[in-house]
Amino acid sequence: MAEEPADDARRAALRDRGRRWATTAGSILLALLVGAVLMIVSDPDVISQYAYLFTAPQLALGASWTKVAGAYSALLAGAVGSPAALAATAWQAAPLIAAGLGVGIAFRAGLFNIGAQGQAIWGSIAAAYVGFAWSLPPVVHLLVAVVAGVLFGAVWGGIVGLIKAKTGAHEVIVTIMMNFIAASSLAWLLLTPAFLRPGRIDPLAPPIQPSAAFPVIYGQLHVGFLVALVAAAIVWWLMERSTIGFAIRAVGSNASAAATAGMNVAGTTMVTMAISGALAGLAGVMYALGPGANAVATPLSLGLVGSVGFDALTVALLGRSRPVGTVLAGLLFGGLHSGGLAMQSLAQTPLTLSTVLQALIVLFVAAPAIVSALIPKVRAPRRPALVGGEA
Amino acid sequence: MTTTHPTTLDVPLELDRTESAAARRARLSTGALMLVLGALMAWLGFGTSGDASYALSDAFAAVQLPTVALPGLPVVLVCALLTLLAGAGFVSGRLWGRAKASAATIAAAAIVLGFVTWAAAGRPFSFPVQNQLAGTIALATPLVLGALCGVLCENAGVVNVAIEGQFLTAAFTAATVGSVTRSITAALVAGVIAGVLMGAMLALFSIKYLVDQVVLGVVLNLFASGLTGFVFDQLVQPNSTELNRVPPISRLEIPLLSDIPLIGPVLFNQTILVYLAFVSVPVVWFLLYRTRWGLRVRSVGEHPEAADTVGINVRAVRWQAVLAGGVFAGLGGSFFTIGSSVSFIKDITVGNGFIALAALIMGRWHPVRAALMAVFFGFVTQLASQLQTLQTPMPSQFLLMLPYLATIIAVAGLIGRSRAPKADGVPYTG
Repeated sequence: MAEEPADDARRAALRDRGRRWATTAGSILLALLVGAVLMIVSDPDVISQYAYLFTAPQLALGASWTKVAGAYSALLAGAVGSPAALAATAWQAAPLIAAGLGVGIAFRAGLFNIGAQGQAIWGSIAAAYVGFAWSLPPVVHLLVAVVAGVLFGAVWGGIVGLIKAKTGAHEVIVTIMMNFIAASSLAWLLLTPAFLRPGRIDPLAPPIQPSAAFPVIYGQLHVGFLVALVAAAIVWWLMERSTIGFAIRAVGSNASAAATAGMNVAGTTMVTMAISGALAGLAGVMYALGPGANAVATPLSLGLVGSVGFDALTVALLGRSRPVGTVLAGLLFGGLHSGGLAMQSLAQTPLTLSTVLQALIVLFVAAPAIVSALIPKVRAPRRPALVGGEA
Repeated sequence: MTTTHPTTLDVPLELDRTESAAARRARLSTGALMLVLGALMAWLGFGTSGDASYALSDAFAAVQLPTVALPGLPVVLVCALLTLLAGAGFVSGRLWGRAKASAATIAAAAIVLGFVTWAAAGRPFSFPVQNQLAGTIALATPLVLGALCGVLCENAGVVNVAIEGQFLTAAFTAATVGSVTRSITAALVAGVIAGVLMGAMLALFSIKYLVDQVVLGVVLNLFASGLTGFVFDQLVQPNSTELNRVPPISRLEIPLLSDIPLIGPVLFNQTILVYLAFVSVPVVWFLLYRTRWGLRVRSVGEHPEAADTVGINVRAVRWQAVLAGGVFAGLGGSFFTIGSSVSFIKDITVGNGFIALAALIMGRWHPVRAALMAVFFGFVTQLASQLQTLQTPMPSQFLLMLPYLATIIAVAGLIGRSRAPKADGVPYTG
């Protein structure tokens, strides 16, 4: 008798896990379908064929099929079609994984780190500065640059934790504002003598020295990707095996209960935001020190980190804030980005479709009820909660 | 109020002189901020030389107003002194009621005047006052509309981080429809529909599917950026002469009022969108605070369970509020393209939706205060670009940071208490 409830619980957990995978797969499928519809209706050449839908349906359907199949096969080939494509996917995925881990850790403490963008910006500033302004021996230079970037990210995130812990201000508002302050700081710094190239007045920092760059392994794949995987392993250990991870999960599931049990909620908030910022800073480091499209690191400029902070949020959501999930989600979205580039050049379908797909996948994952309503046999998992609460 | 029980008081309670710990902290930090700014201004003031000239009207105005030259050093020092006095008054705690409010107003005016005088003193160009005011209105219009959208959503208990996405889709739709139809009205209607549709997505996912609203907002922004970017790249960009040639919007001159020197041309010779923005503020205020529907909106935002108990359909009211907010966000978004006669480019709204959100929070979720904050943010942003052209010693990026810093200070509770509706962001599952 005593065995049964535990057995039931295990079976329910297993069933839930299956449903979560099914929901994720269903979400990807639905997103691709919506993306296909979008491609068809926004292409004048294809949509003009729909005038003959009733007289010669094969024209409209054939044109649609050519368009969609061409775009998606280019996407697939660009993401996983060749060793070079795989390397490009890993290159895109590395910062997404790092920042996604950061956002995920905050989620598990019940905190919304919308500020990964600003933290990544500071990470890239510090790493790039060390990279071009200091001269150090090869390995040491890279290490110092990475540590500087991570540290600045941690400080920028830690400030938010401090404000939240001391005044109770909501971290969402504070992080959004900190993003803008970070972006303005970068805009200002790029015009100061310390960041200007000698004799130039455009906001583009000098290139980093080769000794500070992440060594390339193959194609665009560089050591930074391995660093992201190591970060995922550390985060797993931190969350599942360490005291601080236990405190983070406890505060995330019930802050009042954690406080009653004698945990330092304010301290945990600060530490969580600092760790989260450090990981987002690491993402910024990868943009600053990793190889760019032409195998040389891109110099620091206004848009260097892109929209990694907001992409990271989608990565953490899709990965359900777990390290393994985050790595997989980072690879999926990294593949969408690198495949999107191929789609743009080979199938004349704009790269922005990747952004649409990414947003749609996360929307469907966040609302499993829609997926189960649209696809038969897929049931929504029992607990759709994505943030905190499921420690 | 103090928590001391009345019977244990050994000194008579001065009811009008008691203040809560939070109010005290707010008063002290406001005063300290004034003292710091005053001291900074005094320090800067001693290095000021020459006159600061203010051009009251632009070169093409019918009625030419004189260019006023203020002597730099004394003006900055007087402003610094006034700020210091107001700060001292706040810190000492001897200012109450009307005196406190006027001290704050004087300090704010002195800070702006002193700072601009310091920046403009000894420069070869005069500070164009009319440009400053006109730019403020232009920058504030979408912010006011966006903040009103936020006011409606958040008072009903739905956090709206997706104002940016609503702006972007509305800007895109208005530009495209306006280019095809050559009609401003059709463009505005299309922009409003786009804003409402994005609002409907927000409502669907947050109210029906209970998706976390902050996360949802961020994802919707990403979706809007991707969707408008994709359709723009695929369809609009290759056919930009037909699909992205925005019809010019005409200005409507209000007779008599527009003849007032200085403010007349700025306030009363504007496009329909600007008038709509400023009329919307009292409209939203009236809707929220003087109608039965507004009371219901606020009740489902404060205490949905109680509202449900007395028979209010919580979800329906929230849907209505979010869709109504979409109308204003749609108008605000249209301003970026149709309202400014500018063609659409990708991500044209550049974070203005988030500044509207900041104005909403700084305005403590109240339509009039939020609109005032939006105007203030517009003023500061315009000031930053004016000072950049004046080549002042202060980097304009610092001024551009000011709205964001001010918002952080406000939510940290240092200047006044910024309290959200109680059930803001909490999905109703009852």
